[in-house]
Amino acid sequence: MVTRSYMSRREVEQQSFSLPVAIIVPLAALLLQVVLPRLMPRLAILELPLIVTLFFAISRRSPIAGTLTGASIGLLQDALTSQPIGLNGMAKSLIGYIAASLGSRIDVDSPATRTLLTLAFSLLQSVLIYLIERKLLGVADFRMPWLHEVVRAVVNTLVALPAFLLLDRTRRQL
Amino acid sequence: MDLLLRFRNALVLIAVLLAQALALAVQVRTPSNAADPDTGSVRLIRRWTSAVITPFERVTHSMGLGVRGIWNGYIDLRHIRRQNQELRDQLTQMRIQEAAIAEDAAEGRRLQALLAFKQKYVASTVAAQVIGSSGSDLSHVVTIDKGARDGLKPDMAVITSDGIVGKVRDVFPTSAQVLEINDQNSGAGVILATTRIRAILHGTAAGQAEIGNLMPDSRIKPGEQVITSGGDQVYPRGLPVGTIQSIRPDSDHPPYTAIVVHPAVDLNRLEEVLVITGTQPDLPASAEQDLIDAEARHAADVRAERLPSIDDSDDLLHTANGAASPAATPPPAADQRLVIPKPLPALHTDRYSSGATPPAADLTPGSTITPQAVQPAPSTQHSASQPASSGSRPDAPQ
Repeated sequence: MVTRSYMSRREVEQQSFSLPVAIIVPLAALLLQVVLPRLMPRLAILELPLIVTLFFAISRRSPIAGTLTGASIGLLQDALTSQPIGLNGMAKSLIGYIAASLGSRIDVDSPATRTLLTLAFSLLQSVLIYLIERKLLGVADFRMPWLHEVVRAVVNTLVALPAFLLLDRTRRQL
Repeated sequence: MDLLLRFRNALVLIAVLLAQALALAVQVRTPSNAADPDTGSVRLIRRWTSAVITPFERVTHSMGLGVRGIWNGYIDLRHIRRQNQELRDQLTQMRIQEAAIAEDAAEGRRLQALLAFKQKYVASTVAAQVIGSSGSDLSHVVTIDKGARDGLKPDMAVITSDGIVGKVRDVFPTSAQVLEINDQNSGAGVILATTRIRAILHGTAAGQAEIGNLMPDSRIKPGEQVITSGGDQVYPRGLPVGTIQSIRPDSDHPPYTAIVVHPAVDLNRLEEVLVITGTQPDLPASAEQDLIDAEARHAADVRAERLPSIDDSDDLLHTANGAASPAATPPPAADQRLVIPKPLPALHTDRYSSGATPPAADLTPGSTITPQAVQPAPSTQHSASQPASSGSRPDAPQ
């Protein structure tokens, strides 16, 4: 006889990660983010912390976990820059929340969805950083190179697809 | 309670955003101290993050250096002889330039002494290697492998042999963050080398170094060198900053111009830097000795150029270094090479020839010198080689 329990679709598809993976993967992304531009300056266009934030958010499908993951990664990223701490933290908190909320509603395992999500969230992050700089921090002469940001979004999408496939192997099905 | 549970996701998000917005507000509101740009808690977060990331950066940097060392030192040795010869030639050229510059420096120091001008010279530096970056192209910060234990402090200038890099921002025990001159939070006092116009250089969000506080001036041209002014109390005066790349009207701040400066240092490919840990009003002893040597070499060069028949550059060098080297002996008085040289006799003497003009005591005011008054040139040690018919040319000017 089959035992049935009452679980939502989100709970059924919710996946978790072991603690080492949850710590090491974001740290590795941050480390690569600061080391790769030293080897090749053009690689500064990559946004590996955003890719990791998106992956954990849409995999866990928990808005709270997405928010906290985004905040943690963003704050660590801010600590390595000259920018005020909280700039990337706020942007990635919001992105983590929205990505996790979408993850519980749509199929985020298909490559097409992942492509669109990564592209959209890369652009959203640029918009959020622009708004925080201009409105919250009051930097009146802050200019965002929008064409560069579009290129960044495309490049990150191209990098995110194989990265997601690689990170899928770290999942632990509930 | 049910309401809280129902909206717990949104509430957590709002709480997280609010906390970070407050943190941002505190950072913006707190007046930044030059020596400590962050508040205590923010500094703590940066320190913890650096403590986690820096060891990995060191390891990857060491591995990269090892691989590069093997490649450069044992495998990629093509054209090394030709490059060596080119470098030797370059060194020779630079020694000549150094000698010329030394005299200008000496003159500058004399003028500064007259004006009681207080110049700051680099007294001590700490060499450091760049081991990491900020990882963001909106923030131009690099991490170096030296920190407070090596004597580094915030706001110390960071340079390379090509020019300035930036200044130390945050100092941790074994590492430090350097704010590059093209970061949007940086600033430096500069002088345009040709026009001597003072300005303030700052970075932009696009990662360019820009001067934005100057009105349009037709004298300012692309290609002009930009050097530090020393007025910011961070960078010593006279260090290369870069060259003017473009000049355009600043659409955001009319009528000012936006002058983009191409940095003298390739900020994207920094390997090793020098942190200026101390300055002093006088030249360091070693630099003083170098300057004396360079001046002596320059004096010898000038003498050799002006008096090509005298080849005693070594003697002159020894004479100039007499104070520094007591063992040096003065040249013997009998040495004819050090007697005031005599000019070579003219092939065809005229009234402009040396010795042709009679002594002033023999002349009468208002009278003209007749051709008969022109005396033959005195005989010299070279007269034997002169033709016997040496005298005034028939068409010599009277």
